[in-house]
Amino acid sequence: MERKQSNNIFSDIDWVTVMLYLVLVTMGWLNIYSAVYNEDHHVITDMTQKYGKQLIWIGTSLLLALIILIIDEKFYTAFSYLIYGIFLTACIAVPFLGREVKGSRSWFRFGDFGIQPAEFMKFAANLAIAKFLSNQHIKISDYRNTIITLLIIGIPLFVIKVMQDETGLAIVFVAFIFTLYREGLSVNYLLLGFLAIVLFILSLLINNVYLFIIISSLCLLTLVFIRRNAQNLFVVALIGLLACGMVKGTSTVYEHMEAHQKIRIDVLLGRGTVDKKKEGYNVNQAKIAIGSGGFTGKGYLNGTQTKYDFVPEQDTDFIFCTVGEEWGFLGSSLVILLELTLILKVIFMAERQRSAFSRIYGYSVASVLFFHLTINVGMTIGLAPVIGIPLPFFSYGGSSLWSFTILLFIFIKLDSHRLSILR
Amino acid sequence: MNQLSERKYVIMGVFVLVGLAFIARLFYIQVIDDSYKLDARNQAFRYTTEFPVRGYIYDRKHKLLVYNEAAYDLMVIPKEVKELDTADFCKLLDITNEDFLKKMKKAVQAPNSPRKPSIFEKQLSPKDYAALQERLYRFHGFFVQSRTLRKYPMRIAANMLGYIGEADKDMTEKDSYYNEGDYLGISGVEKTYEKVLRGKKGLHILMVDVNNSPKGSYMNGLYDTAAISGKSLESTLDADLQLYGEQLMQNKIGSIVAIEPQTGEILALVTSPSYDPNLLVGRARNKNFSTLYLDTIRVPLFNRATMASYPPGSTFKLVESLIGQHEGVLSPETRYPCSAGYAPMGGHPKCEVHPSPLALYDAIGYSCNSYFSYVFKSIIENKKYHDTYKAFEAWRNTALSFNIGRKTGSDLANELRGNIPSIKYYDKVFGKGSWKASTVISLGIGQAELGITPLQNANVVTIIANKGWYYIPHIVKAIDDNPNDTTLNRFKVKWFTSITDTAIYNNVIEGMSHVTESGTAHLLKIEGVEYCAKTGTAENPHGKDHSVFVAYAPKNNPKIAIAVLVENAGWGASWAGPIATLMMEKYLNGKVVRKELEKTMMDANLIDKMQVKEVKKKK
Repeated sequence: MERKQSNNIFSDIDWVTVMLYLVLVTMGWLNIYSAVYNEDHHVITDMTQKYGKQLIWIGTSLLLALIILIIDEKFYTAFSYLIYGIFLTACIAVPFLGREVKGSRSWFRFGDFGIQPAEFMKFAANLAIAKFLSNQHIKISDYRNTIITLLIIGIPLFVIKVMQDETGLAIVFVAFIFTLYREGLSVNYLLLGFLAIVLFILSLLINNVYLFIIISSLCLLTLVFIRRNAQNLFVVALIGLLACGMVKGTSTVYEHMEAHQKIRIDVLLGRGTVDKKKEGYNVNQAKIAIGSGGFTGKGYLNGTQTKYDFVPEQDTDFIFCTVGEEWGFLGSSLVILLELTLILKVIFMAERQRSAFSRIYGYSVASVLFFHLTINVGMTIGLAPVIGIPLPFFSYGGSSLWSFTILLFIFIKLDSHRLSILR
Repeated sequence: MNQLSERKYVIMGVFVLVGLAFIARLFYIQVIDDSYKLDARNQAFRYTTEFPVRGYIYDRKHKLLVYNEAAYDLMVIPKEVKELDTADFCKLLDITNEDFLKKMKKAVQAPNSPRKPSIFEKQLSPKDYAALQERLYRFHGFFVQSRTLRKYPMRIAANMLGYIGEADKDMTEKDSYYNEGDYLGISGVEKTYEKVLRGKKGLHILMVDVNNSPKGSYMNGLYDTAAISGKSLESTLDADLQLYGEQLMQNKIGSIVAIEPQTGEILALVTSPSYDPNLLVGRARNKNFSTLYLDTIRVPLFNRATMASYPPGSTFKLVESLIGQHEGVLSPETRYPCSAGYAPMGGHPKCEVHPSPLALYDAIGYSCNSYFSYVFKSIIENKKYHDTYKAFEAWRNTALSFNIGRKTGSDLANELRGNIPSIKYYDKVFGKGSWKASTVISLGIGQAELGITPLQNANVVTIIANKGWYYIPHIVKAIDDNPNDTTLNRFKVKWFTSITDTAIYNNVIEGMSHVTESGTAHLLKIEGVEYCAKTGTAENPHGKDHSVFVAYAPKNNPKIAIAVLVENAGWGASWAGPIATLMMEKYLNGKVVRKELEKTMMDANLIDKMQVKEVKKKK
């Protein structure tokens, strides 16, 4: 029951989403200008400076968006696995073929510009999961399908983390958990995951022996209130043992972590003595920059902490500091609200899809954006560990902007055909 | 499927909650918690102080006493020191390599910081600075901050002017205007008029980047303030007279205080031994200061004019005469006998041989101890009080009104109170009711527990010259050429003693005239000037008597009142008298004709003589 197609490819596009996208990208660009502002190069289109380059990235992103909108939407469903395969291959190949930049082996270089294939793995994995889970015969509650889904996510995560050592790019794949939850992943998995996180944090904060005692006591207490048959006894004992194993495991893993990773965890948990001049420097400087902004901020281009390099990476991962310092509480809240509005908008759009593929894809877009927002803003205000991931549409960088643009605009394209036949 | 679609609310709920949590957190660190704003300022701002020019000090004829000279502090930001040729640098500054390391270490340690400028070498002279400046560009991380140092062209009045020191931690806690290392007046006029002289520091806010390189002024200098120069002081001092007094007092221990009676203005305030005030300025200050401070024999940092309390000796007989008349127990006709001493007490206190009995004028003229013992006895045993204690109290209160035994309230920093013993004190020493006039008879001749500073003594003479009133003695007459500055208001209030009858003063003045005509000072004449005086020879437990002399001149139109004390020099007429009359001659006539006497006084060395004696004694 094909709906009559309009001649114009723009006719069914959700313009509100596109506008939100454009506003965020423009704000990002203006803030990059301020963050790396240089009086010798005060023209915002100066191509030798990062703000000039970002303009190129914005231009090419818009071009990409246009191409995505022009391509038939069936292309994305048809070639999902192929796209996934291509980018996964690129991710595996890059450590061998790419040039090393600042000790990182995740880049393909083309003259002045570089591309990180791992960035594009996000939408590729998204397509693959959508394709897999939208199959009518597949129920995620079947544990075999759960495992396949987790593999689709886990393989790129593993490749990027282990082969490229890009924690920031790898950890994003955790975001898909929201999609899986929406599509029927058992709550027990999530509870177990949550329990694991709680135990992870507690095992680093509290002496393990105490934790073992607490876990045992809780298990015994549980047995008082439930029916004491063999099955319950077995389940409680298993959970208790798993919990203890988790505690012990965490401590062991922590002990074997590299120094800088330990420190990041210490900084976040406020554990031990954090030297604000060394390991705590980034977070402390970020907080100073944002905190000194006050209610209304210091004014555009008037920031001192970001402009004068006290905050590291102030144009990329710590771009939010520039917002916080120069635009104050009003500006930084506005950015969070805009990002959140876009994310929620995407969820609403996902929910109105007839096709499972589009819905699943949309949920993943929202989840990935949300995950970036949470970690990126969270680390600058001391609520999340310092992990180098960009603020969507804001941070300087071609790969990330392209990646977010592709991610979002494929969904906008899919959404524009939401009234088409069920895929 | 329906059940699953409920899950969207959970997901959206989580997203919204995280967003709200972030906004709440932002509100906390941006709006509620101010500490980040302070941190930001400390990091990104470099506050540079512009030190104001300290006010100059002039004498009463507008001669310059104190001015400023530029000095340069060599500052260092340790973090920015790069590729330094240490050997060359040390040679230029004339310091050793160890000195260099020590100074660098100090600059790095708290409260200094490697990122912030601190003083490397203090107060380079303009000459050293010139040599350094040419090559400073080669020494990264070093720069020069200009300061001003005090300079004293006439090298006089060191103790009166006082010196400058650096604010320490206590000072910075007491007064937030100061930062550690700021200069401020520690003693003398520099201390009393610190707030007038210091001006106001200027502040410039520079923005710096993470490498501490300047990035221009904050908000284009909106919050910068310019330094405001300190105000100048016009002193009451007569520089020429002061210099002359210091020359007369050289190699003697003691002091001279000269006051203009009509105004209370201090014309000269000599304390000896003194020092060249230029010694306490510049890089050698600390070394010189400890030398002066540790000189326990000459004690050059001790201002005897205001800080030393001596028994007034016979000069107190003037006050005694005034009180006696005031209490109605003494008149110019009152006569008492003298048998080379006070007969009722077996010839004590002793007296010189002179005609006897004497009336008041001659008693003052000859400074008869017996006479004034009788006078004191008559005051204390005055029938009208029926009570020794009441009579004593009346005597004491009248004496106090002459500002003896209490601070004058002058603008000279650090004044001693002096002492008039109280009833309470004597009750403690002798027991209640078991002392009487004869017990404390030596109060009558200015001995016993009486203590008076040279400044107080000069003020007493001022009161007599004015016949009953005075202005608080002061050393500053105008601030920035404005004599009506409110700071000086308290020196415009006329104070009266308990004795207001001018006839009483006239009688004492007549007696003081006898001193110079036929009495103890008849050998000391000032050409063309009739003056009034009283000699004193103050016994003291520390050796030979102090030579004391108080006087004012001219007799009928007082222009100068003076008190001189030379420690352990003997008769009042032999040392203090000549010095006092030479001072008055110099001031009133503009020149001194008694060249012989002047030379004798200036050349006399009483300090070394004493020391030789002391050494002999010890042997």
